[in-house]
Amino acid sequence: MAKKPLLEFTDRGIYCAQGKFYIDPWKPVDDAVITHAHADHAYWGHKHYLAHNLSREVLLYRLGEIQLQTVEYGEKVMKNGVQVSLFPAGHVIGSAQIRVEYQGEVWVVSGDYKTEDDGISTPFEPVKCHHFISECTFGMPVYQWRSQVEIFEDVNNWWRSNLHNGLATVIVGYSLGKAQRILQNLDLFNGKVYTHGVIENTNEALRRNGVLLNPTERITAESNKDDVRKGIILAPPSSVGTPWMRKFGPYSFGYCSGWMALRGAKRRRAADRGFVLSDHADWDGLISAIDATGCECVYLTHGYTASFTRYLSEIGFNAKEVHTLYGNEEEDAPSQHPPEGEEFENGEVKVSPSGGDLEGAGRAGI
Amino acid sequence: MKAFAQLFLSLDETNKTNEKVKVLKDYFNSVPDTDKMHMLALFTGRKPKRYINSTQIRTWAMEVSNIPDWLFVESYQVVGDLAETMALLMPQKESTNEKNLTQWVAELNGLGNKTEEERKLWLIDSWATLDSQERFVFNKLLTGSFRVGVSQSLVIKALADITKLDAATLTHRIMGNWIPETYTYDQLVQESGASDDISRPYPFFLAYPVQETSDKNKSADEIQGLLGDADQWQAEWKWDGIRAQMIKRDGKIFIWSRGEDLATEKFPELHPFLNELPDGTVLDGEILSFQNGLPMPFNVLQTRIGRKNLSKKILEESPVAVIAYDCLEFKGEDIRDKTQSGRREILESLQADISYPEIFRLSALIDFNSWGELAEIRDQSRAMVAEGVMLKRKSATYQVGRKRGDWWKWKIDPLSVDAVMIYAQKGHGRRADLYTDYTFAVWDGDKLVPFAKAYSGLTDAEINKVDYFIKRNTLEKFGPVRTVKPELVFEIGFEGINRSTRHKSGIALRFPRILRWRHDKPKEEADTIDTLRALLGE
Repeated sequence: MAKKPLLEFTDRGIYCAQGKFYIDPWKPVDDAVITHAHADHAYWGHKHYLAHNLSREVLLYRLGEIQLQTVEYGEKVMKNGVQVSLFPAGHVIGSAQIRVEYQGEVWVVSGDYKTEDDGISTPFEPVKCHHFISECTFGMPVYQWRSQVEIFEDVNNWWRSNLHNGLATVIVGYSLGKAQRILQNLDLFNGKVYTHGVIENTNEALRRNGVLLNPTERITAESNKDDVRKGIILAPPSSVGTPWMRKFGPYSFGYCSGWMALRGAKRRRAADRGFVLSDHADWDGLISAIDATGCECVYLTHGYTASFTRYLSEIGFNAKEVHTLYGNEEEDAPSQHPPEGEEFENGEVKVSPSGGDLEGAGRAGI
Repeated sequence: MKAFAQLFLSLDETNKTNEKVKVLKDYFNSVPDTDKMHMLALFTGRKPKRYINSTQIRTWAMEVSNIPDWLFVESYQVVGDLAETMALLMPQKESTNEKNLTQWVAELNGLGNKTEEERKLWLIDSWATLDSQERFVFNKLLTGSFRVGVSQSLVIKALADITKLDAATLTHRIMGNWIPETYTYDQLVQESGASDDISRPYPFFLAYPVQETSDKNKSADEIQGLLGDADQWQAEWKWDGIRAQMIKRDGKIFIWSRGEDLATEKFPELHPFLNELPDGTVLDGEILSFQNGLPMPFNVLQTRIGRKNLSKKILEESPVAVIAYDCLEFKGEDIRDKTQSGRREILESLQADISYPEIFRLSALIDFNSWGELAEIRDQSRAMVAEGVMLKRKSATYQVGRKRGDWWKWKIDPLSVDAVMIYAQKGHGRRADLYTDYTFAVWDGDKLVPFAKAYSGLTDAEINKVDYFIKRNTLEKFGPVRTVKPELVFEIGFEGINRSTRHKSGIALRFPRILRWRHDKPKEEADTIDTLRALLGE
């Protein structure tokens, strides 16, 4: 009988039978190791959670009373003889790749990651391994990011020109990750940053966790509309087009997402400005990250798995498309629409068993 | 090219009409006059000559992009736009250049006397000097597919604001057969003298649908509420042919289709009567195929559109005539400001003098005294091979474009069947990377036979749901096409149905589209091929 692989893909998530734990499971399990706090990776209902220190407060805020153990990057945890450790994934604050080692065999689960240093998440660190399980949300060569310095120059210029034209500025990004990345890169000489409640809750959780963020002001019923219009409004995708947003009109609204790279996707979202800003690796980033692991075998999960797997195989990688994990879907994210999705309090939708964080997934009223 | 690329980008970045007009004005104000004329030409569908075909562009773009061909093809499927795909896949530019639009178009036109190898070198060198936005717009120029999400009327509005000329005059002046190399901006904006070009057509006046944006048709009472008393209106059948403007000036004849294609040579049957018309005459009407004095269904006419050579056989099988319904110029004078009834009298007098009454026909006025009566007459549209009726206010002038008010089309309800979706393909443009193009089937015994493709009729929210379903219920993939688990049922509407030898099902539909998603119907209850055959009259 062939040796059972150290990690396997089950209908609950990625499972380590030897260590009796799951990684990012989407159904309730006893022991879950969590790559990061986005809703489609950190589900409610597990008995025990292991995550990075900087995910602690956000996880508690999002999931309530859970039994949570947190660790530093590189810290080793033993689970039934299997060694588990976390390494920076550069995706959002507190995001981690999960390294699993048993009897000299090393597997790494990337979770979501990006290779560019965003200045706020601990930068991605390649981890040598035999088997690498990688996302490939943007695994097509048409996705090539410009550096965030250039993007934020565009963002800040756009904000200035809105001020000049008497328009309020609304910038939209996912509440964990994108929102803080934007916040830290806005030119505060332009004005103050006002936040939607969902984003401010996440900011507060991160601040409790010791993360230093630029000053923000929560928008409440008492906020002075004229003051807010002179600053910039940081809002989650779910707020687009809602009465909450409309009351600040006339405004120009900018959407930050990797999907903005394509004209069609941009037009569908009908944003005034689309900024190509992603917390996922682009085409070159994915290939260099996979190459840097020196792995014998790479498994591709959510994203354009079919095409990306084929390409990697052609250039000499032993690449496998993983069907079981996120449902045989190579192009989930641009349009994904969970008809029976479960709304979280903040309007993000829990999808199961589907891949991709919900960044820019374009639902929630867009 | 920078200014032109920026124009494109800025237009993309706003959905607001006023913003778009402002962007257009900024462009007009910042570029040389020759660039203005080139931009106008491109935005009104006048493309530069193509010396490099799509296959060549694609092949060379693949070479430059340095990825396998299949990945290029799949990227195209994701992006949904060839020009954009190529722009995204090429390496960053190596240098810059400051050529303006006029210079670029001149280079394009100069490719005529170059070898294929020289053309290729020119193209690859050009790409290397453009950033990705410029490259995208440049590729659009090359591939000749220029859709910008800006209507001609917006461009005209911007131009009217700048030149202080009225929009109708400008619309007229950019009609017809001009090229930006010889038609100057000064000629365009001169204060008077609209036309020294004898071929120039007038802008078409287009009717507004009575049911406005809804699918539901209006009752006679509702028509009364909308249009007032019936005696203020004339009614005609709404013919399903090719809308055309026919011109006789200075002994020459011109036939223009509504798409502003000069189609004079496509309809030789019309030449004798047009030559007989007095100089300075312009007619508006519908070209149709006729047999035994009756119009034939549109698909008969369709067989001869697009043919380069009109064989004797085609001319015999599908002879055309025109049903004229308006006269825009008479004795060299623009009479568009006369009333509908006034123009009709002139039209009738012209027709009375012609020796080809079988070819130059009049669109008969329908005799009716009330909207109720007309509603009943309208029910006979299919027997008349018409799509419904046209309502024209007797006092109406001949206006420019689609205007609400004086011309209305009151179409009959579409035919419809309930069908099962069986194939899907990704759309283009704003529907890129979404499954939006569907093939539908009806039952033939226990088999589903495809009979129609439809792209339109669903809301964005519905498209998302269907897309979600397709991605999770794919049975097989054939290139870009997916075979989908037969489950979803839709009501498909269409204007007409005809036998066809080109389609597997043996039928061809006119204007198929999705009327609604039948969530309530299981696939077993979709219609059968017999339902369709019954509609054929078999």
